[in-house]
Amino acid sequence: MMLTDLTIAQAAEGLRKRDFTAAELTNAHVKAIDALNGRLNAYITVTADQAKEAAAQADKTLSAGDAPTLTGIPLGIKDLFCTKGVRTTAASRILGDFTPTYESTVTANLLANGAVFVGKTNLDEFAMGSTNLTSAFGVVENPWRRNGDDTPLVPGGSSGGSAAAVAAHLAMGATGTDTGGSIRQPAAYCGIVGLKPTYGRCSRWGTIAFASSLDQAGPMTRTVEDAAIMLAAMAGHDAKDSTSANIAVPDYRAACGRSLKGLRIGVPAEYRAPGMSAELQAVWDRGVAMLREAGCEIVDVSLPHTKYGLATYYIIAPAEASSNLARYDGVRFGDRREGASLNELYERTRHDGFGEEVRRRVLVGTYVLSAGYYDAYYLRAQKIRTLIQRDFTQAFESVDVLLTPTAPTAAFGHNEKPEDPVQMYLNDVFTVPASMAGQPALSVPVSLDSTGLPLGLQLIGRHFDEETLIAVGSALEKAADFTARPTFRAGAAA
Amino acid sequence: MTYTLEGATGTWEIVVGLEVHAQVISQSKLFSGASTLFGGEPNTQVSLIDAGFPGMLPVINHECVAQAIRTGLGLKAHINLESRFDRKNYFYADLPQGYQISQFTHPIVGSGVVEIELSDGSTRQIGVTRLHLEQDAGKLLHDQDPKRSFVDLNRAGVALMEIVSEPDIRSPEEAGAYLRKMRQILRYLGTCDGNMDEGSMRADVNVSVRKAGEPFRTRCEIKNVNSIRFVTQAIEIEAMRQIEVWESGGSVDQETRLFDPARGETRSLRSKEDAHDYRYFPDPDLLPLVVEQAWVDELKAHLPELPDDKRARFQTEYGITAYDSGVLVAEQAMADFYESVAKGRDGKMTAAWMTGDFFAALNRTGKAIEESPVGADKLGGMLDLITDGTINGKIAKEVLETMFETGEAPLEIVERKGLRQVTDTGAIEAAADEIIAANQDKVEQYLGGKDKLFGFFVGQVMKATQGKANPAIVNDILKKKIHG
Repeated sequence: MMLTDLTIAQAAEGLRKRDFTAAELTNAHVKAIDALNGRLNAYITVTADQAKEAAAQADKTLSAGDAPTLTGIPLGIKDLFCTKGVRTTAASRILGDFTPTYESTVTANLLANGAVFVGKTNLDEFAMGSTNLTSAFGVVENPWRRNGDDTPLVPGGSSGGSAAAVAAHLAMGATGTDTGGSIRQPAAYCGIVGLKPTYGRCSRWGTIAFASSLDQAGPMTRTVEDAAIMLAAMAGHDAKDSTSANIAVPDYRAACGRSLKGLRIGVPAEYRAPGMSAELQAVWDRGVAMLREAGCEIVDVSLPHTKYGLATYYIIAPAEASSNLARYDGVRFGDRREGASLNELYERTRHDGFGEEVRRRVLVGTYVLSAGYYDAYYLRAQKIRTLIQRDFTQAFESVDVLLTPTAPTAAFGHNEKPEDPVQMYLNDVFTVPASMAGQPALSVPVSLDSTGLPLGLQLIGRHFDEETLIAVGSALEKAADFTARPTFRAGAAA
Repeated sequence: MTYTLEGATGTWEIVVGLEVHAQVISQSKLFSGASTLFGGEPNTQVSLIDAGFPGMLPVINHECVAQAIRTGLGLKAHINLESRFDRKNYFYADLPQGYQISQFTHPIVGSGVVEIELSDGSTRQIGVTRLHLEQDAGKLLHDQDPKRSFVDLNRAGVALMEIVSEPDIRSPEEAGAYLRKMRQILRYLGTCDGNMDEGSMRADVNVSVRKAGEPFRTRCEIKNVNSIRFVTQAIEIEAMRQIEVWESGGSVDQETRLFDPARGETRSLRSKEDAHDYRYFPDPDLLPLVVEQAWVDELKAHLPELPDDKRARFQTEYGITAYDSGVLVAEQAMADFYESVAKGRDGKMTAAWMTGDFFAALNRTGKAIEESPVGADKLGGMLDLITDGTINGKIAKEVLETMFETGEAPLEIVERKGLRQVTDTGAIEAAADEIIAANQDKVEQYLGGKDKLFGFFVGQVMKATQGKANPAIVNDILKKKIHG
């Protein structure tokens, strides 16, 4: 078995048993990145030198004993997290060669836990997108291919670089951020596990903001257990983020393999969207059967405001983004285009610095907050958001976890993207409601479709009950026994 | 006192509302840990949050919240236990985040009232609509380079209280009185230093005019007026401008204007059409600000005595006039000084000496009361010397002046200069005899009905005793001797 094939749990054990060193583990990943990143473009920045230094340090810590869990584990970091001394781009031209003097709380937590960062992963510009086609640093290729078809596919988004890196074994795990599905959807497209924790579980400090009331960092890994291990290291209260929850971080890993006897699994009727493929419906049904088999009771539930989720999301998220992105003005950091006046400087800097999708969302957001439109759009969207939150609260009175598909389709080709941006937004239809309500949600790969591409199912849990989510997720993972691996991966490159 | 302006078509009254921006006294800024000291080198008191760096988040500074609540209590206003922060979005180089965090729909303080006193002694209640917390912006420096402008972010993110009055003000004098009273209350509370020349208190002035009995007409807002004198000037000038517009058949447009004190005019800054659309919305980085009633009660319990209360108390406790008491409470330091002198002494006498010779000496030396070379203990000591008969009032003036010059204790001066009052009747009698003998002609005139001449004899005796004689004893002796 190659070192890059190990899970985080296995590698942590191997390191402690001295089966191999952290240096060897990191080198194996750096080599894999060298071999494959040219093709997959999963990383914007590879930090091989820093990674090797960190691995050497990890080996010292390991030989001293009592090393924290992630000591020596090579991780990819979505390039939305500010990393001290390492260029941070948000996949946008506007940040130029911005190099933070500070470390985001989440990455600082991971570093304190001993993790080794091998690089900054690609994403949709400012995390706005579901394809990784909007990155200023080029598209990411999904490591998977359809059977007998070499068409390059999208990895999903926005955390597409992280998903591709983990799927191709270019990192043992990666951080993602999820605003409307940006962890879960690419996890499903790339056949890996993605966990969006409860809003407030991980600090947002030092993570470049897209939509503040929705953004949440989480782990992307190849197993549910690995996600549990990483989340435990990432999460925790942070006085620097007023929306961070002051709730103790439990032992998530202990929830793996926990008995599901007596748990009630809700199947929301509204997620049976018209036009859902028979194949996806079948995967969902299989998931239901697996959980029933594992001892769960299956309950039909209703989340009546689901159909408004997407429209509401595409008002609230752009509204917040239009304000959050105002600071990228070329005055204090990042790229600047000079102008004859201050307004011209702003216009040129922002026109040239932002890509088309970001500009579109800033314009939409500005529009829905404008005098005369605020009540009709933003305020109404907030009201519906409250109703969506109430849907979940009511559903969780009778069930413990909800089971739905993660995305309406499997990954599609770079050239098969819908022309109409609104069609594109439909990709988020199953992931957005949980984001709007701040619920934790987990995507687990369950099977391949008829073309050989992975499909994932989504579990949605109660606020701050990631443990139950992890318990159910690990049972689903075990039952599904998803062992397929992508075409492009470390040691198996075509 | 009704204030009106005469136009060609008759009499106009003016309607004014004031928005006071008061910089909160606190160690650090409203949402960052950066220092708030005035006068640092540019960009030395700036955190990553103030500079709007990627991923930075605001965290509310509870001391600023406490200061806003104290101010609200001082304005006898309703404290909102739940308030909210909103973003006010606009682009400008002194606004790093691209938005100002402010409170738009749910301010921390609701309606209150300020009582003002006018020069004729009448009082008026001016309503306060609301008080909210917001961030200050940075400062643009246009004079450092011929082509470029520089930005200083030291002030960016400093907490401001915006205190909005009702349109209750009806004259420039009332506007001035309101601002002075507001500044006095803020200083008493220790929530704002009120220094308009340093910009830590600024005012936006809303002015309109109308004929008696009419509803409000369109108002104009004059931005950022930075002294009380300029506020009163700006109101009068703007009101006259509006009257001319109305009387020439035009109509006043709602707009933002600037006051130019050098030219004595207001100028249009931007019209209503050009007004920013600030796209206010609740700041998703901050939770609603919830404060406990118990905390508000605690802040209230520790509130310093406010000027109006102190003034009333001084009148009853020390028996001084409303006028004197008003003068003495004008500044907290002055009131404290008065009280520490007046405690256990004659309050009226203390007030007379403080508002008289003591303030005159301070004025002459150009010192604030906090820097007075004569402290409360020394002034009190001097009053004690008068009361116990060691010196008389006239000598006391000399002692006070010497204290200002040398800083010596009053008794020291009295001893060194030999200023003790002469109560030895023998010495005074001898002096009186001498003077009566030398001025027989004047004695005749006095006895013949020229009563005023008595003062001459008193003066001569005082002179002969170098002013140290006890005036009451001198009077007695002279009367006895002249009348026989």
